[in-house]
Amino acid sequence: MSGATTTLSAGMLDQADVYLAGFEAVEKRWAGAPGWLRELRRGAMARFTELGFPTGKLEEWKFTSVAPIARTRFHPAQPDSRPVRLPAAVPAGAPHVVFLNGRYSQAQSNLGGLPPGVRVGSLAEFLKNGRAEEHLARYAAWREEAFVALNTALAEDGAFIEISRGTVLREPIYMVFCSTPSGEPAMLHPRNLILAGEASQAAIVEVYAGDAGGNYFTNAVTELLAGETAVIEHYKLQQESQEAFHVATLQVRQQRSSNFAAHSVSLGGALVRNNVNAVLDGDGAQCTLNGLYLVGGRQHVDTHTVLDHAKPHCGSREYYKGILDGRSSAVFNGGIVVRKDAQKTDAIQSNKNLLLSEDAVINTKPQLQIWADDVRCTHGATIGQLDSEALFYLRSRGIGHDRARHLLTFAFANDVLGRMKLEELRAHLERQMFACRR
Amino acid sequence: MLEITNLHAKVEDNEILRGIDLKVNAGEVHAIMGPNGSGKSTLAGVLAGRPIYEVTAGGVTYDGKDLLGLSPEDRAREGLFLAFQYPVEIPGVSNMYFLRSALNTGRRHRGLDELDAMDFLRMVRGKMKLLGMDESLMNRSVNEGFSGGEKKRNEIFQMAVLEPRLAILDETDSGLDIDALKVVAEGVNALRAPQRAIIVVTHYQRLINYIVPDFVHVLYNGRIVKSGDRQLALELEQKGYGWLGIPNGTLSPAAVAGAESVLAR
Repeated sequence: MSGATTTLSAGMLDQADVYLAGFEAVEKRWAGAPGWLRELRRGAMARFTELGFPTGKLEEWKFTSVAPIARTRFHPAQPDSRPVRLPAAVPAGAPHVVFLNGRYSQAQSNLGGLPPGVRVGSLAEFLKNGRAEEHLARYAAWREEAFVALNTALAEDGAFIEISRGTVLREPIYMVFCSTPSGEPAMLHPRNLILAGEASQAAIVEVYAGDAGGNYFTNAVTELLAGETAVIEHYKLQQESQEAFHVATLQVRQQRSSNFAAHSVSLGGALVRNNVNAVLDGDGAQCTLNGLYLVGGRQHVDTHTVLDHAKPHCGSREYYKGILDGRSSAVFNGGIVVRKDAQKTDAIQSNKNLLLSEDAVINTKPQLQIWADDVRCTHGATIGQLDSEALFYLRSRGIGHDRARHLLTFAFANDVLGRMKLEELRAHLERQMFACRR
Repeated sequence: MLEITNLHAKVEDNEILRGIDLKVNAGEVHAIMGPNGSGKSTLAGVLAGRPIYEVTAGGVTYDGKDLLGLSPEDRAREGLFLAFQYPVEIPGVSNMYFLRSALNTGRRHRGLDELDAMDFLRMVRGKMKLLGMDESLMNRSVNEGFSGGEKKRNEIFQMAVLEPRLAILDETDSGLDIDALKVVAEGVNALRAPQRAIIVVTHYQRLINYIVPDFVHVLYNGRIVKSGDRQLALELEQKGYGWLGIPNGTLSPAAVAGAESVLAR
């Protein structure tokens, strides 16, 4: 591990020690783990020390500086066994698996009433007695991505969901990650693995929430495999504390004729990076990425997506919208890769942004790499302000200025919420968005 | 009810209104006519509080209050209504939600209870019928994908629901075929009442064949150059604007610049 001191700058020495010390502690705790897992972690830690935290010199990090993360001395999050109030987005009766400060909380989880054919629980348990070798870290690119490498090295728990062939889930499953503030900056590395078997059908909701004032760093990775003809909806609601750092990767592998949708709503956090990557790895797979980032104050939210069309006859639809207020900033980078064999690819990408303040900044960029010749790929990005004519129209009917602005802002986001099939979550988001800016 | 005194207004650097004097009493219908660029729409916009206009001199009192000191929403709550020449499309906001919010804001202002969705629907049904509006329009976004005629009918429908005390119709006839024009005029006529005043701004005689005004004013170059009763409108139809010393088809450069800068937005 001596490489650490040569690749990280001198100012970050202490911080590198923190990650190394964390890794050694993990190794000790997992001394009895299967060899492949210990080797995976060791390899990932070595990779992280080689890569170091990304800098602005890297194209993928040009507009997002992770210096505030790199220079903070994070400690592993401490266990907290006090009961927490679950985020309002999680209905009490719905099946949910809860992690408090990164640890599985059996007491707060509710996994009763799940139908046969589905397993939900703690990844740590599964790793201890399961056969995760063929899936864990097989999809997310830990050799290329520093944060994924760090997660792979340090992750000890997260949600594991396995839906067997042909199982149709009528109720969504919630994965809930709650952080409670502690005296010093804490770091968490949740690792989730979702295996949806052939012809299965399910909705899965990932919620990240933190108490106000919590200064912590969530570095999450979720790997999801959608089997042949599986129909999977994934939702992510990010409402971390306004001081938190949140870096997350959702890595999806889709098999033949599967239909996958990832809906993302990003509200919280001081510095947020969301990576959403889907590999359409079977003929006829369909993928929808639908998202909204809503930022104010000095928040920064960066969304990087890659739709990798690896096989023919696949379709992807991507709709992301951003609403920026105050001195906030956001990045949208929409990658579409069409491999040589992926003929008849049909990809549409759209990113629209609404700036509510003159000080807000958005960087939006499509990034297309097309190696096949018989494809349809379209993309478009817009940046605009509230329509002053529409604002006057509403006011001329007696609707007050603030409420009119709010109504138009909400209307802008409405179609993103409208694409969410999960009625209860959509209704919750509508209420929440409407209330917070009334 | 409304008293306009020596009103001057400009948009950017172009003076458009150059001293308007007009008095409108409850129960009266006034038509304001004039060629393109004479300042008709500016007058309507200034009365409703369109932010782009700057009043440089003069004043307007409405029920004894200083109208120009009120925000657009407060003017509406006090019973002023502008039917837009170009109604705005607002994707993502349903007609139903929009109009119920507007109605309830006014009701709160007057100390009345708000209407819930059911009561609201019951109340608007008759008015939709009056204007030949299909009920499905209520669930669509405000004006989105409406035809020109549907948009204008929607304006008068909103007016029927909000029951203003002073309604200003800005070129409501433009773009309407004769059948739609009759429907719109009927809707307006149904709202004529002793406690309500209506100002019809129009370029053409057509609309005031159906909404018969008590007074007709000719606006040219930012001033009212002639006032009269309905006879004046008939004379205008026969003789055009020329006999008033207004060159047909010739506009003041400032007025054209002003109108264009508004339309360009």
